[in-house]
Amino acid sequence: MTSSNTPLLSVRDLSICFDTRHGPLRAVDGITFDLAPGEILGMVGESGAGKSLTGTAITGLLERPGRIDRGEIRFEGQRIDTLSAEEMRRLRGRRIGAIFQDPLTSLNPLMTVGQQLIQTIRTHLRLDPGAARKRAIDFLAEVGIPAPEARIDQYPHQFSGGMRQRVVIALALCAEPSLVIADEPTTALDVSIQAQILDLLKRMCRDHGAAVILVTHDMGVIAETADRVAVMYSGRVVEIGPVEKVVRDPRHPYTLGLMQSIPRVGSGVQRLTQIDGAMPRLTDLPPGCAFHPRCPRAFAECRATRPAPLPVEGGHVACHLYQGEPA
Amino acid sequence: MTSNATDPGPLVSLRGLSKTFDLSAPLLNRVIERKDRQYLRAVDGLDIDIPRGKTFSLVGESGCGKSTVAKLVVGLHRASAGEIRFDGTDLTALPAAARGAFRKRIQMIFQDPYASLNPRWRVRDIIAEPLRSFGIATSRAEERAEVGRLLEMVGLSARDGEKFPHEFSGGQRQRISIARAISSRPEFLVCDEPTSALDVSVQSQVLNLMRDLQDELGLTYLFISHDLAVVDFMSDYVGVMYLGRLVEAGPAGRIFSAPEHPYTRLLMDTVPDIDMGRRDRAPVIGEVPNPITPPPGCSFNPRCPLADGRCRETSPDLVARDGGTVVACHAVTEGRAPGSRAHGADRQRGVA
Repeated sequence: MTSSNTPLLSVRDLSICFDTRHGPLRAVDGITFDLAPGEILGMVGESGAGKSLTGTAITGLLERPGRIDRGEIRFEGQRIDTLSAEEMRRLRGRRIGAIFQDPLTSLNPLMTVGQQLIQTIRTHLRLDPGAARKRAIDFLAEVGIPAPEARIDQYPHQFSGGMRQRVVIALALCAEPSLVIADEPTTALDVSIQAQILDLLKRMCRDHGAAVILVTHDMGVIAETADRVAVMYSGRVVEIGPVEKVVRDPRHPYTLGLMQSIPRVGSGVQRLTQIDGAMPRLTDLPPGCAFHPRCPRAFAECRATRPAPLPVEGGHVACHLYQGEPA
Repeated sequence: MTSNATDPGPLVSLRGLSKTFDLSAPLLNRVIERKDRQYLRAVDGLDIDIPRGKTFSLVGESGCGKSTVAKLVVGLHRASAGEIRFDGTDLTALPAAARGAFRKRIQMIFQDPYASLNPRWRVRDIIAEPLRSFGIATSRAEERAEVGRLLEMVGLSARDGEKFPHEFSGGQRQRISIARAISSRPEFLVCDEPTSALDVSVQSQVLNLMRDLQDELGLTYLFISHDLAVVDFMSDYVGVMYLGRLVEAGPAGRIFSAPEHPYTRLLMDTVPDIDMGRRDRAPVIGEVPNPITPPPGCSFNPRCPLADGRCRETSPDLVARDGGTVVACHAVTEGRAPGSRAHGADRQRGVA
């Protein structure tokens, strides 16, 4: 049972580990966050930061050799990381929808768009074929597909990239889930289409009361779409808080460097701020704070111990710089 | 046309450059299924001048032909029509044997640093290959010293030459690609989305490096990107392409501060605004049409808020505007575009 003050999703100390020949690699290391019903949480970070893996773990699609080796995921008060594959399959689609980066590979090329929608609707909702088809057409109209009565019987290859992503959004939401995981939903699309799709995603989730975890590497997308943002680095959440706060007044030196290194139209700068070096590989994570080798403000403590998340205004930051500060 | 002694003119001039791909079905299918031949005009009559030591950027969405232009200029595609003048010589008119001399003066950096380096070669061999094939290094010792110098120029260490590409991160691999590209001491670099595959914190390192090398070596860049903020940082001149044609071009400052073509304005509008946070963007209608069957008239007319009868019938030519830009748009030249500089003289078509 959910009430307005219990979170829709609660992730506690989640760790994801890959068993390899050279020993276990921890790709996600103790991340904790809550998601309120209807909220849009952005997860941003570089490739390999663990943001997609977190989304994969929540949808129960984590594949071997990856496994959750610590922590828990609670959805609507129920623990879901321990569910069987069959139980998870029933939850996914019905209560948790997913949108992936490439709309072409997330649709079945051998089935018409209508067959895929109707199958999803009938798997999760008790509707007869006629009513399911009607619902599918309504959804296609709602996501802005022109002439949905005709388009419903076409195959994915007959749709353009932007239109396909609209179909994927319809598929993710047609069983009225309360959570949607959107993993780089606009990365494969052109810039002029990207804005359309983000607006659509926002509108659809608002109208249907779904919360969203928006995984992306693009801070611009987050700034325009999300309510809160979690910044990930080397499998850890380094900073989480309201978007305006994190974007305008980043606390963690990594977030600050990230924000400064994004080129902006009309800035007229002769040189971009850069963070030297690169994110460490999982095989040789430094001790202490994973960001310390690239951090301009690192001191002895940063090299020795890993910073714990500290509550700051509206969120958390994991950095020794704020250790002494009163919350 | 010969360049005069005092002003050597632009390093690269494209004149009427076109590339048509034949996508027709095989003859038998065409006869049996009564299909017509099908052509894709990927690049259609492009005129561009790139001054020495400057950066000219081409922007546009996928399929607009910007990467085809890059491949035409370096010779990976043969032009269907038009000229590619490099330092006064038309490369399209040269026999294959004579083109070799220009190859070392023109180099390319590709988008994917994972696919563009041979995984079986040591980095020192990757960088030394142009040195060997163009006969720049005459001895082993000279070659080794030169490779070391190049690696240090791009911010790596001479010892990194012993390693294989997989031992480097994406940003470091792109540095290796740059070292290889500058090893033949080219004057002109064609960069096709060089940072699109990189993370932002690494992207800024590579962009800064490319600007430093430009200043140090006097390089001229043709820069291809879909990211307007990156283009704004890198460019002196910008050309906006739509379905194989230039719709607006000119000095970067002018294009970014006062874009005139409705498509350029649309592109500017779609840049997610980080500092302003959420805002209501003007709804963008439609998508890029199929380039095999472009609409009649101006190819942007189905998406254009200003399109009228004339736009649906005749394709606009580039017209010179105030501020040194050229724009191909009936609405702009007729003064129908809101905020456009309607008084701009209807001078004959010029080149950026």
